[in-house]
Order: sequence, then C-alpha cells, then structure tokens
Amino acid sequence: MTKPLKEEGIVLTAAQKRAQRSRSIAIALALGALVLLFFAMTLVKGPAVLVRPI
Amino acid sequence: MSLISEGAEIGVPLAARSGVAEPSLAEVGDYIALMKPRVMSLVVFTALVGLAVAPGSIHPLTAFTALLCIAVGAGASGALNMWFDADIDALMTRTQRRPVPMGRVQAGEALAFGLTLASFAVVVLGLLVNVLAAGLLAFTIFFYVAVYTMWLKRSTPQNIVIGGAAGAFPPMIGWAAVTGSLSLEPVLLFMIIFMWTPPHFWALSLYKTEDYARAGIPMLPVVAGDASTRRHILFYTLLLVPLGVAPWPLGFAGPLYGVTAIVTGAIMVLLAAQVLRERRPVERASKKLFAFSILYLFLLFATLLVERGWGGLIARLTA
Repeated sequence: MTKPLKEEGIVLTAAQKRAQRSRSIAIALALGALVLLFFAMTLVKGPAVLVRPI
Repeated sequence: MSLISEGAEIGVPLAARSGVAEPSLAEVGDYIALMKPRVMSLVVFTALVGLAVAPGSIHPLTAFTALLCIAVGAGASGALNMWFDADIDALMTRTQRRPVPMGRVQAGEALAFGLTLASFAVVVLGLLVNVLAAGLLAFTIFFYVAVYTMWLKRSTPQNIVIGGAAGAFPPMIGWAAVTGSLSLEPVLLFMIIFMWTPPHFWALSLYKTEDYARAGIPMLPVVAGDASTRRHILFYTLLLVPLGVAPWPLGFAGPLYGVTAIVTGAIMVLLAAQVLRERRPVERASKKLFAFSILYLFLLFATLLVERGWGGLIARLTA
C-alpha cells in the first residue's frame, strides 16, 4: 500500500518572506493614510464633501 | 504507474513547473523605483506652481491632496511605462538597472501596480478635489502610456515632440484643481514645458545614440543623424525661449521673471549653438545643454512661484 503524496505547495524562502512582509506593511500604511485623508477631507469640506464641481 | 509524470523536472520549483509566477522578491524600494521618483519630483514641482499661481482659494489640505494625486498619477505612468518597455529597457545602459529588466519586479506586478495607482489617483482627485482636474490627470496618464509609450516611442522620431505633452500637463492640472477651469495662463505653462522637452531629450539622445539604436528606438539622431538633430535642437530652443519670456509681457509675471527668462533663455540659445557647432565624438556641449535645460525649467517655474504664487500660497495657508 502506498502513502498518499503530500502536497508540496509553495514554500517561501526567508528573503521572500521578508520582502512580502515589507510589502504588506507598505500597503497597510498606504491604506491607513488613505482612510485618514478621506476622514480629514470630510471634516474640511463638511456637507459640501458630496458637492463635486466640474 | 507513477503519480509523477514522466519527464517532470524534479529540480524545478513547483511554482515554475505549474506555470505560476515565482513568489516575488520585490522590496518596497523597487516599487518606489518603478514610480520614477526624479520625474515625479519635477511633475510635483510644476503642478505646485500651477496650483500656486492660479487665482482663487483652495484649502491647504485640498491642495495637498491634489499634489499627492498628481504625484501618484505620475508614479503610475512611470510604472506602466516600465511594464511596457521592459524589453527595450534591458538593452539600454541608462535603463537596464530598472526593477523589471533586473528581474526584481515581474512585468505583471509592475502592470498591476501601475493600474492600481492610476485608478486610485484619478478617483481620489475626482472625489476630493474636482472632476476637471481628475479628467486631465486621467488623460495625462493615458497619453503618456498609450500614446507615447505604446505608440509614438517605437514608431516615429517625433516621439518626444508629441509625447512631451504628457509631461506638460501637470501645471494645468494644478491650476484646474484650484479654479475648476482653464485659461490662457496654464496653457502658456503647458506650452513652455511642451517646447522644452524636445531640446532636453534630443541633447540626451545625442550622447546615448548607440543605446537607442541598440534598442531600436527611432530617436532623431538614430533616424535623421547627428547634424540634423543638432539643427533641430537649436530650432526648438529658438521657439522655446520667447515662450519662456511670454508670461512677462502678457502680464502673468513680473520683471524678476522677465529678467530670469531672458538671461537663462540666452544661455539656452548659446548652449544650443555650441551643440550645433560640436562634432562627434565630443559630447561636452550636449551634456551641458541637457543639464542646463533642467535648471532652466526649474528657474522659470521657481521664479514664477516666488513672484506670483508664493504670496498667494502663504495667504491661503494662513487664511
């Protein structure tokens, strides 16, 4: 009887993990900054935030 | 019967065998390099001048948002340019160390990064500033990527003459961010950068001719030759200098700007004349013109900012 083959998968190297982590942090910071920007601009514009003149 | 198919490449990683891209090794710095930060800085500066000299008021945070979106839009254009041009970038000494030809960033990653940034920049500018500025930014990105990079760059020696429009739009976007409209003044700023681009890039291409020829890019020196390019540089410089001075007699700028434009314009003409007289293999004059052309554009816009925009900018910030 043969044992089922274990799925090899993609195993990240230490360098790949480090690069992935730094990219994830950068994306999180960028999204956080975007949230803050929208929040601050909403405060600045008040109800006029929905008015977008051409 | 074996579960491993015959001829399977045992030593090859699973990702490569299955056709899936290898996990990326790209660092944050590689993505920043994709955005061409040096080009971005000039784009932001010219946009800031357009924004500062525009009449009317704008909240400092709205101004910051506009500049941020313009910067990100410029970065997106750079990333999309590097995605499409990876093949020719690998052949030129000036560009072969870019992240895609170096293999640090895969072409698909650069494409995804560029499209994401472009979408965010245009949508955020439209939502938080105004639709005209967002439309102009979208058009600029489209023009740089589709018209210049994908079409003109590889098909005509006039590539940078027409493609130069993409780099000339930022002051118009800055102006539109404040006023929500356009007028002669931002068009004049556009025309200055538009006319500045050919002598600037042709001066560079004169001492990088072999690079462009190797990559098969029909830059003017490759197609029309050295002497013709030198004549073109002088011709476009003679068109540029009066345009550079024009804001003064038209009343958009004061005497400080006028004097700066005349003096630096005269130096541009002198350097272009030196380039005309110079013969290969000497390339000193072209290098000098290339370097000075950057200073020329910077001085024109900086003087305009100091003379016209600075007071208005401070008043807006303190209002």
